[in-house]
Amino acid sequence: MAQFRVCPDSGFYFDKSAESLMKVNAVAGVVFLLIAGLLALGVILTRWQEVHLLPADLFYQVLTAHGINALIFWVIFFEMAVLYFASSTLLRTRLAAPRWAWAGFALMIIGAVMNNIAVLQGNSSVMMTSYVPMQAAPHFYLGLILFAVGALIGCFVFLGTLVIAKDDNTYDGSIPLVVFGALTATIIAIFTIASGAIILVPTFLWSIGYINHIDAEMYRIIWWALGHSSQQINVAAHVSIWYLITGILFGARPMSEKVSRFAFLLYIFFLQLASAHHILVDPGVSSEWKIFNTSYAMYLAVLASMIHGLTVPGAMEVAQRSKGYTKGLFEWLRKAPWGNPTFSGFFFALIIFGFIGGITGVVMGTEQINLIIHNTIYVPAHFHATVAVGTTLTFMALTYLLIPVLFRRALFLPWMAKLQPYVFSLGMTIMILFLLGAGTLGVSRRHWDMDFTGAALSFDYPGTAYMMMAVGAIGGVLGIVGGAMFLIVTVGSLLFGKKLEPSAGLFQGFCGIPLADSVYDVEQPPRLERAAPAEHHVDGFEAPGTFVLALALLVCFVVYYAINWDYLASVWPMG
Amino acid sequence: MSSFQPPADRIWWNVPVGKQEIVWTGIALVWCLIMFFMMPYWHVYGKQNLSTEAYQTNAEKYTEAVEAFVAEYQTGVDEQSGIPIVTPPAGSDIYMLGRLWQWYPIIELEKGQSYRLHLSSIDWQHGFSLQPVNINLQVVPGYEMVINVAPDTSGEFTVVCNEYCGIGHHTMLGKIYVK
Repeated sequence: MAQFRVCPDSGFYFDKSAESLMKVNAVAGVVFLLIAGLLALGVILTRWQEVHLLPADLFYQVLTAHGINALIFWVIFFEMAVLYFASSTLLRTRLAAPRWAWAGFALMIIGAVMNNIAVLQGNSSVMMTSYVPMQAAPHFYLGLILFAVGALIGCFVFLGTLVIAKDDNTYDGSIPLVVFGALTATIIAIFTIASGAIILVPTFLWSIGYINHIDAEMYRIIWWALGHSSQQINVAAHVSIWYLITGILFGARPMSEKVSRFAFLLYIFFLQLASAHHILVDPGVSSEWKIFNTSYAMYLAVLASMIHGLTVPGAMEVAQRSKGYTKGLFEWLRKAPWGNPTFSGFFFALIIFGFIGGITGVVMGTEQINLIIHNTIYVPAHFHATVAVGTTLTFMALTYLLIPVLFRRALFLPWMAKLQPYVFSLGMTIMILFLLGAGTLGVSRRHWDMDFTGAALSFDYPGTAYMMMAVGAIGGVLGIVGGAMFLIVTVGSLLFGKKLEPSAGLFQGFCGIPLADSVYDVEQPPRLERAAPAEHHVDGFEAPGTFVLALALLVCFVVYYAINWDYLASVWPMG
Repeated sequence: MSSFQPPADRIWWNVPVGKQEIVWTGIALVWCLIMFFMMPYWHVYGKQNLSTEAYQTNAEKYTEAVEAFVAEYQTGVDEQSGIPIVTPPAGSDIYMLGRLWQWYPIIELEKGQSYRLHLSSIDWQHGFSLQPVNINLQVVPGYEMVINVAPDTSGEFTVVCNEYCGIGHHTMLGKIYVK
């Protein structure tokens, strides 16, 4: 029985059950992104002191739900779709155990809804981190546990699919780089979920009275092996998608399979240590532990990211140059398809993730520098650069590709799709930069009122801090407008987008013609062959423009790092 | 021809790496090592390092220690809040307690002198954020952290709670005066 269809535009083969699972997971992710985005408006308009929209209890409730929906539910649902795509579609194989995959999906939905209900009921406004001994309702923890179990099933379905592909010999040689990156994400995900189980299961038992004490510091250390690591799944996933997008748009091949895979391997070994970033000013943890872990052993995961930072745009540059865009250092970049939201979204995500998210992350994760940053609004500014732009915008960019390929729909309001990455990136960048500034002035995160209304004592932040929060909030609102544009395009495409005929052309999908539904007429896709051999240029600099960009990143990095040490040196001596 | 096909060479790990990747990886590795060694360097030559001295404690024990400290060195009461003002001698052990929703007591210090600051919470987690110097510490119940601190600027300093601790979180302020 034929169970595959071939996408005439991209040449991807879709297994029927994998395709349905990708669709439902991607749609579920987008629904939770919608919820998170609406809640974001409540958060940012409250932190804008002149507007101060919500009352305190509602603010903390909204902030809790915003964090969990955005940082956990949206990204992980979408990542499940990516995992099924990377295994089944890219390797041209049937999906392992689709029933289990559906069961996993059901558990994730039940868990996500249960957790949201707990927060909505109002007695679980404990923030995403739910630090003990502050207690949430039992179904708050149970929802997270069920969600994690569901995601774990998805991870094993991914691994099983790799095994089937190998057994059925559906590809020749080693798995492609993108699949290797997805495998990295899966391994990190399994570690993450195991850590989550170790801490959330006892916490759940504590919330129903079976355990009478959870040590607050132990909770913090183990919880962050879940909390930070879950964001490292994103890093591995979105870097893989960057390679995928450059491959699809430019026919780019990795500059070096060895170097890129080595960088992913470094992620597997060292990226998880970063959960120590949250423990740097905690009591009872030794300096040696902090230094080793916060630096990912010796910044070996940072090394990996810096390698990807060269090889992702480098692969694109080499491909563009081979097409004749060889003038000067940057013709390859100037002549890129800036009107295609898949490209612009990917490229802005890459730049903002690297230049802002990466640099601020390393700086504030430096053992001593953390003293002047911990729990200030600098922290959310950092992770909005990494997750809300780096990961989220990458997933948005991929979605513009998936709508014609996976859903066989033309994009609804293509002009809006074209503008969306620009609006979103601009708004988010403004917000991030100004909140970084406010954090440097000491403005606290997770704080309802920077006027301290009703406090027995008083304190005034400098006027600049208010100004920065206000400008940041305006940027945030613009970012939310950009997010809304994404949702209008995606939801509109699924509801009103024209169905594409089999040969509508991938990027002419913007003006497709309605035709029949997908036809599953392929019994077994042809084996995925190895890439064509290429000449190896080992002497020259194949991608000089990218090298200049990489050096620019390094200069920003060094300068900003030095500035922060200088700032630290000005505060009270401590020892 | 692409990133989503198997590598062209079956034995891809033997394919020589381009000069550009080697040079960049080398530069990046040097920078990573510099950043790594900055941290131990600062422990030796820098002045802002967090002490790792800490003790297990509990609410009763810590409250008792704080009350003894207040009883010994109290010099006044803040009229606005009713919180005692304590003026400990230079070089002594000083205590601050975080609870819903105040930092207790108010402390007066001398500029240029060193103190052993004890910090803990008797209920939920709190964040000790000293403004405007911007020193931020996590305050965890059950753990008594001891930090050697030597104020080198004078004036009025505020302790803002920067770890979410419930509905009154935004009212949780404390004071340290440095003369």
